[in-house]
Amino acid sequence: MSRREIVLETRNLSMHFGGVRAVENVNFELQEKELRCLIGPNGAGKSTFFKCLTGQLSPSSGDVVIRDIPMTGRESHDIAGLGVGIKTQVPNLFDGLSTKENLWLSARRWHDDKRANILTKETVERLELGEISRSVVGSLAHGQRQMVELGMVIVAEPWLVLLDEPAAGMTDDETQKTAELIKEINTTSALIVVEHDMNFIRAISDKVTLFHQGEILMEDTMDIISADPKAREIYLGHKS
Amino acid sequence: MMRLYGSFRGTLVVASIAVLFTLLAPSIFQFFTIITLTQVIGLSILALSLALVWGFGGVLCFGQSAFFGIGAYAYSVAAVNIGGSTGAILIAMLAAATFATLLGYFVFYGKLSDVYLAVITLTVSLILYSLMRRTSGPEYKIGSALLGGFNGTGSPPLNVPGNSEAMLFPLQTFYVSMGALILAYVFAGWLVTTKFGRVCVSIRENELRTSLLGYDTRLYKLGIFAVSAGIAGLGGVFFCVGVTRVTPDVFSLGQSALAIIWVIVGGRGTLIGPILATFVLYFLTASLGSQQLMNTNLVLGGILVIFVLLVPSGVIPSIAKWFDLRRVKKFSKLKERRLKMRKHRSVG
Ligand SMILES: Nc1ncnc2c1ncn2[C@@H]1O[C@H](COP(=O)(O)OP(=O)(O)OP(=O)(O)O)[C@@H](O)[C@H]1O
Ligand SMILES: [Mg+2]
Repeated sequence: MSRREIVLETRNLSMHFGGVRAVENVNFELQEKELRCLIGPNGAGKSTFFKCLTGQLSPSSGDVVIRDIPMTGRESHDIAGLGVGIKTQVPNLFDGLSTKENLWLSARRWHDDKRANILTKETVERLELGEISRSVVGSLAHGQRQMVELGMVIVAEPWLVLLDEPAAGMTDDETQKTAELIKEINTTSALIVVEHDMNFIRAISDKVTLFHQGEILMEDTMDIISADPKAREIYLGHKS
Repeated sequence: MMRLYGSFRGTLVVASIAVLFTLLAPSIFQFFTIITLTQVIGLSILALSLALVWGFGGVLCFGQSAFFGIGAYAYSVAAVNIGGSTGAILIAMLAAATFATLLGYFVFYGKLSDVYLAVITLTVSLILYSLMRRTSGPEYKIGSALLGGFNGTGSPPLNVPGNSEAMLFPLQTFYVSMGALILAYVFAGWLVTTKFGRVCVSIRENELRTSLLGYDTRLYKLGIFAVSAGIAGLGGVFFCVGVTRVTPDVFSLGQSALAIIWVIVGGRGTLIGPILATFVLYFLTASLGSQQLMNTNLVLGGILVIFVLLVPSGVIPSIAKWFDLRRVKKFSKLKERRLKMRKHRSVG
């Protein structure tokens, strides 16, 4: 099997907050069209690692390289400007604007008015957001807001997608839909998905990275990780 | 609500009403009022500029009157030196916009928070206030224009473009200033419907999200800051032309506070609201002042408190919401009635 191109890489990446070593010496590689899940107990450093990738945090040391371009400490808009779609753990939407306008703003970054309108319409249909397309997103239910945010990611047709807990707070139905959507995105893009939900991870991913106390503890398939005694103790032990 | 503010057609409708008002004004108002109107129009352009940068861009600029004052001074000095008003108007707008670009660059690219911008612009305005008050000697002159310190400097009247001998009459000046207000309003109304304007609104809503979509938010904030400063400069021109002189008071704390009151009363997220609020409050305080019944500052302060507490979104957005609610109610009533009728029929 020939090795695919590496699209995202971190080298000895560390992020410290005072004495807290939230991320410690992380060496991570993501290949083209790969779908990788990041798991780990609360406070393991997943979101901090994620924020170093998205430019929301400037790492204390180490490097972030995206498609061979050094991106360490660059602004979020520079990283997104490479064609990276991002969804943060905390919902981040334009609360006072409609669903359509939220999607349009994402599409318009890459296309002219006409194409942005078309893509917006397509995404509304694809995610079945028709009923809420004119609603102000601030008034939507949590799961719907998550869907709109996913829509903002895919409407821009990114080649690399970073999602921090996309299924959090969703109903089973919505989770199911999200899992299908992620697989569909994966046919054209590489993804990193931070998640807690075991079944969700099993449904979407083959390779999983386990974070513990800021470090990568294991990197393997979910089945092997769930069979590992140490991993069970630190992570799966938390889950009943 | 989106409909009302989002549509450029709405802007054009309002602009047509304003044109009608302009044409009818001479037969409605006394000559003296027409003369006064020119300076109020200048003030309302200042309100429009703050409505744009604060209401749409989300950038609270406490010292918007700094750009207004720079426009007024730049016009007066340039018009005296050039000996004509047309070029001076452009210079005034350019001076205000350039100054804002420099100031904004340091604030936005220095990653200072929005609170700093509010404080810094106000501080700049107050520094200009005390600086200009100290320019009373004959040594303080730019070209042939004396700055005049506390008393300020004379502002030449408008003239026919290309003919500096042909001064405009007060009524003509009123027409030109209304024309400028309407143009500035239509321009701002158009701007907020463009990609640029919509991205500015998204920054107001959530700056982090906007940058995670790949937009350089600093650039957009700087852009709307500079454009609105240019508009404020234009307001300064018509204000000083209306008053026939400009004094350091344009940079005073009171002037800055007034602009904020107009926008709060008129409503953020609308362009016409603050413009109307300027006219209404101006003539309200003027008539109160002439009756000497109450201290006008007290009245203004009271109005501000009432609005912040009771109508925080401002007059125009509140009216729009009320209409929307009524329509929804009417709709559901209609539906109910229709359902009832259907039931009756099926029973009968
Ligand atoms: N801005 C910050 N300042 C100080 N400490 C922080 C900051 N952000 C995160 N931390 C700390 O870093 C550690 C890792 O936090 P992080 O949010 O990355 O965990 P996580 O794996 O995403 O957890 P969860 O599953 O709960 O989302 C925690 O101990 C947290 O308290
Ligand atoms: Mg997290």
